[in-house]
Amino acid sequence: MPDAFLMALAGGICIGLAAILLMVTLGRIGGISGIVFSAAKSPVGDFWAILFIAGLILGTFLFHLTSGHPIPAFKEPLPLILAGGFIVGVGTKLGSGCTSGHGICGIGRLSVRSLIATCTFMLLGFITVYLRLHGGVA
Amino acid sequence: MKLLMALLCGMLFGFGLALSGMTDIANVIGFLDLFGDWNPTLAFVMVGGILVSLPFFQFGLGKIKAPLFADVFRLPTRTDIDGRLIGGAALFGIGWGLVGLCPGPAIASLAYLNIDILYFGVAMIAGMFVTDFVDRWLTAKS
Repeated sequence: MPDAFLMALAGGICIGLAAILLMVTLGRIGGISGIVFSAAKSPVGDFWAILFIAGLILGTFLFHLTSGHPIPAFKEPLPLILAGGFIVGVGTKLGSGCTSGHGICGIGRLSVRSLIATCTFMLLGFITVYLRLHGGVA
Repeated sequence: MKLLMALLCGMLFGFGLALSGMTDIANVIGFLDLFGDWNPTLAFVMVGGILVSLPFFQFGLGKIKAPLFADVFRLPTRTDIDGRLIGGAALFGIGWGLVGLCPGPAIASLAYLNIDILYFGVAMIAGMFVTDFVDRWLTAKS
């Protein structure tokens, strides 16, 4: 198995373990969209969410610091960034979750809602990228 | 202790995201390019995550009475499939495909100190608040 596959698998296991640890210690679902909204809405009442987010950033920093892995490039037109971010925000709020909450925790809970949500956002992701890269759109 | 655990959970989560390749949008777009030049690598992230989350939620969680540093487990209780769920997930998929960032990697990538990623995060949070506001307004009206 190529290294990238092993890293993806190991990274996924870390994410799953982090979600388990969050449930065992704080009793919360490791869904990032929900945690981000809690942190932004009540930074004082849900101060744990602020610290979780600080940890998220710190963890990524530490990965690159310890592995020497280069920082990935990110260069997209600003209108696309703003539109994409806004749509992701609306979609995850409306659909009650994202890749982590529905995709990893929800499927782990064998939730039909999460399974359907995951299939839906993956399918739309596939279609959107196809149109962007091969369909002559945007 | 509760706050320290929140920080540690976030760190493990963020480390995992960067290790997995999810914070590299070239990887994400490659993975989402199923109908084109598909890069299957990131499928293993979900495999790894579910590999540990599934046994935990199915067999482990039931054996624990309460969280270590909170009163109760806050688990989702809804089981209905409605238009909000499908429409929301569909919109999320479109946004994800447009830029290649979902909420976890978007926040974790703030570590890269790239102002564009901050713009994405701010737009994302704005989208959540607008949705929440409209939601409350519609509920109050009806």
